[in-house]
Amino acid sequence: MMATPPGTFAAAWIIARKDLAIEFRTRSAFMSAALLSLLAIVIFFFTWDATAVTPIDIAPGVMWVTFTFSGLLGLHRSFGVEAQERAMDALLVAPVPREAIFLGKALANLVFVVGVQMVAIPAVALFYNLPIGETWLALAGLMLLASIGLVCIGTLFAGMTANTRMAELLLPVLALPFFVPIVLPAAQATAQLLAGRPLSDAAAWLRILLAFDLVFLYACTLAFPFTLED
Amino acid sequence: MIAAFVRAIFFTPPERLQGYAQKIFYLHVPSAWIAFLAFGLTAFAGAYWLFLKDPRLDRFAESSAEVGVVFTTGVLLTGPLWGKPIWGIWWVWDARLTSTLFLWFLFLGYLVLRSAVEDRDARARYSAVVAMLGALLIPFIHLSVYLFRTQHPMPVVANPTGVQMPMVMVTTLLLSLFAFTLTYIALVRARMAFATERDALLDRATTEA
Repeated sequence: MMATPPGTFAAAWIIARKDLAIEFRTRSAFMSAALLSLLAIVIFFFTWDATAVTPIDIAPGVMWVTFTFSGLLGLHRSFGVEAQERAMDALLVAPVPREAIFLGKALANLVFVVGVQMVAIPAVALFYNLPIGETWLALAGLMLLASIGLVCIGTLFAGMTANTRMAELLLPVLALPFFVPIVLPAAQATAQLLAGRPLSDAAAWLRILLAFDLVFLYACTLAFPFTLED
Repeated sequence: MIAAFVRAIFFTPPERLQGYAQKIFYLHVPSAWIAFLAFGLTAFAGAYWLFLKDPRLDRFAESSAEVGVVFTTGVLLTGPLWGKPIWGIWWVWDARLTSTLFLWFLFLGYLVLRSAVEDRDARARYSAVVAMLGALLIPFIHLSVYLFRTQHPMPVVANPTGVQMPMVMVTTLLLSLFAFTLTYIALVRARMAFATERDALLDRATTEA
C-alpha cells in the first residue's frame, strides 16, 4: 500500500522539522553562531572612541553586521549536512516538489537565524545600554522581516555553493551584495526605533524590506529547482 | 572608436564650467551604458539558457560578463577622476555610484562562481540563476541607497544635470555610444570564439580519454 505524498507545504514542514531536530540534538552550529555573535558584539565595542560616539549610535550597525555574518555561518551548514553520505540524493528522490525542499530548508534556517538573534539582541541591549523596553515589539517585527530576506537568498546560494570548490568563501562573496538592500534599511530602521521615533518614521524602510521579501521569496523558490541536478 | 576619440578630443569644445575634465564624459557614459547592457544581456542569456539549453547562450553569457566587467571597471575608474576636480571628492554614496559598484561586485562574484564549478551544465545553471537574481537586485540597491542618501544629503555634490548640452556635444556622445557598442560586440564575439574552441577542445579530450 502506497501512502499519498504530502503537499508542498506539509513536505516543507517535515523537512524543516528534520533539519531542526538534527540541529537541536547536536547544537554545534547554533552554539558557534551564537558565540560568534557575542564575541563580535564585544569586540566591536572596542573599535571606536567611546567618549566621542555614543553606543546607541553604533549599535544598529554592530547588530546587523553581526547578524549577517553569523547567519552565513548557519546557512553554510544547512546544505553541508546533506552532503554527508549523499543525503541530498534521498531528498531529491522523495516524492515531494523541489520547491518544498527549498521552503523547508529556508524555514529551518529562519528558525536558526531568529534563535541566534534572540541570544544576541539581549546581549547588545545589555552591553550597549539600549532602551529596547518600549520598542521591542516593533524591533522584533523588523528583525523577522529582515531575516526572511536574508534566509531566502542565503538558502538558495548555500545550496548552490555546497557543490562547488571553496564553498565557504563563495557563499559570502555571492550573498553579501544581495544583503545590502536588507541590511541598509534594517539598520536605518533600527536606529530610528532606538532613537524613540514613532514606527511611521521607519515605514519607508519597512516597505522596502517587505517588497524585498516578497520578490525574493518568490524568485528564490522558483529558481531553486534549477540549481539541482535532474 | 578612434574616430569617436578624435572627435571627443579635438573637435568638441570643452565645457565652460568644468573645463577639460568634462571630456571624460565621452568615456564614462558609454562605458556605463555598456556595463548595464552587458549585465542585462548576461541575465537574459541565462534565462533563455534555462529553457533552451543551447550551449551558445551560456558561452554568450560568459563572454558578455567578462567584457562587462572591463567596462564596469572603466566606469568606476573614470568616475572618480572626474569627481575629484568637479565635486572635490573621489567618491560619493550616490544611488547611481553605489548601484554601479555593486554591479561590479556582482560581475566578479558571477565570474568567481563560474571558475569554481567544473561541470559545464551545473555551471550554466548556477550562473544563470545568479545573473537573473542580480538583475532583480540592482533596482533594490538603487532604491534603498536613494532613500538613504535623501535622508542624509551631502552638500558637497554639485549637480551637473542642470547644464544644457550643446548639439555638438550630443553628437560626440552619440558617436561614442555607437563606437562603444560596436567595441562591445566585437569583444564578445572574439571571447565567444575562444569559448567555442575551448569547449570543443575539452569535448575532444574527454572523448579520446
